[in-house]
Amino acid sequence: MTTNNNIAPILKIKDLRKSFGENHVLNGFSMELFEGENLVIMGKSGSGKSVMIKCLMGLMQADSGNIEIMGKDITKLSRNEFDVLRTEIGFLFQGSALYDSMTVRENLEFPLRKHKRKFEDINKMVLKALESVGLTDAIDLMPEELSGGMKRRVALARAIILLPKIIIYDEPTTGLDPITAKEIIELMKEIQQKYGSSSLIITHDVDCARVISNRMILLIDGINYAEGSFEELSSSKDKKIQAFFK
Amino acid sequence: MKNSIQIPKSIKTFFIEIGELSYFANRFFKEVFTRPFEFKELLRQCYNMGNRSLLLVGVTGFILGLVFTLQSRPTLMEFGAESWMPSMVSISIVREIGPVIIALICAGRIGSGIGAELGSMRVTEQIDAMEVSGTNPFKYLVVTRILAATLMLPLLIIFGDAVALYGSAIVENLKGDVSYMLYFNKVFNALKFSDVIPATGKSFFFGFAIGLVGCFKGYNCKKGTVGVGEASNSAVVYTSMLLFVIDFIAVFLADIFFEI
Repeated sequence: MTTNNNIAPILKIKDLRKSFGENHVLNGFSMELFEGENLVIMGKSGSGKSVMIKCLMGLMQADSGNIEIMGKDITKLSRNEFDVLRTEIGFLFQGSALYDSMTVRENLEFPLRKHKRKFEDINKMVLKALESVGLTDAIDLMPEELSGGMKRRVALARAIILLPKIIIYDEPTTGLDPITAKEIIELMKEIQQKYGSSSLIITHDVDCARVISNRMILLIDGINYAEGSFEELSSSKDKKIQAFFK
Repeated sequence: MKNSIQIPKSIKTFFIEIGELSYFANRFFKEVFTRPFEFKELLRQCYNMGNRSLLLVGVTGFILGLVFTLQSRPTLMEFGAESWMPSMVSISIVREIGPVIIALICAGRIGSGIGAELGSMRVTEQIDAMEVSGTNPFKYLVVTRILAATLMLPLLIIFGDAVALYGSAIVENLKGDVSYMLYFNKVFNALKFSDVIPATGKSFFFGFAIGLVGCFKGYNCKKGTVGVGEASNSAVVYTSMLLFVIDFIAVFLADIFFEI
């Protein structure tokens, strides 16, 4: 198993619990993400991956447990402090979540609105982010004019526009054809190398996990059931673990 | 043996919803006076709600004026009171019929639009995307829409009333040989501040109710695409009911303060 005992984690979740009535979704989930690392979390549908991300991003309140992002306990932050911290995190949504009443340019400008920057600077940042995903030509298009893969690229550009230290990917390849999915995975690798950010990737896609992960966590029944590299986990004899790699 | 009264679930749900709506309104009043102010988005919403509703409000107002005059004419003629037509039409349209009908039309046009737009933004995670980017989606999406509806509805009602009176003037001109000048002279002689001020005052509340309920239903939309339809539909139903409650309160208060 891979460990990083000497370095402080950039993101730390400890004993996270969340229930909806009698349905206990997270039963003490814990994890640590280190600087420059690509951590993949795999789990079946309904295993609590999305709930965990929502708790992490403050979109949902956990019943108990601790979440620390860059050493700051998010439950102790004011709304403004948390908003500032959120600018250090890029988030790629499963369905891209582009604002459909705005052009690609406006979508990318939106996260910059809180930061009082000059028009030229904003323009440069938008172009740089679009260049990173190879979509500078689409700058004035509306989301409805983009294909699924292009939408995912624009969403990725929006996630990296503030040069975040952590990028969270929620099912980055779901709903894409195999070729586009492969392109997106390559793009994620490129971005990680270019910006040196840490990545937390939630996925079902074994290929994606194999290509991109430094370390993996298997989320089963609301706990981190197994942890290790792709090779370690894929060669495990445990039936529950094997089910993921079939 | 204990005798406990079981409150029906529908009544419980109703009161929970009223509580949540009050909390939502409270959050609006807290956020509307704090920075940053989203002027650009407010103007865009004013344009969407105001300018794009003009045709609908204009046509409704025009037909309202025409039909009201045509239907009232025979009755007034029986009493030889056709000369009272401009006064009667203007007072009823400005005080009551114009604001209520136009507000109901706007509840359908604006309220359902807000409910559907915010609802689909909620289910496609666009609101979550705004939240995680460090922006306050409530301020950007909700505050601007409620303010725009509150500001635009009085203007739309004034416009609709004017068009309705013009429609009425056309009927009077064609059927009763009353000149436009005479008709509008009689209209302005009949109307008092005590007619116009309460009507304009309540139209702000109508606009606020349309914006508030539409945003509340859309922003809290659940259950995927089915939820979007429900949000849009219930925004219109709840707003329509609320409009009549506001109208009743407004008439009651106007009766006390203006002795109408």
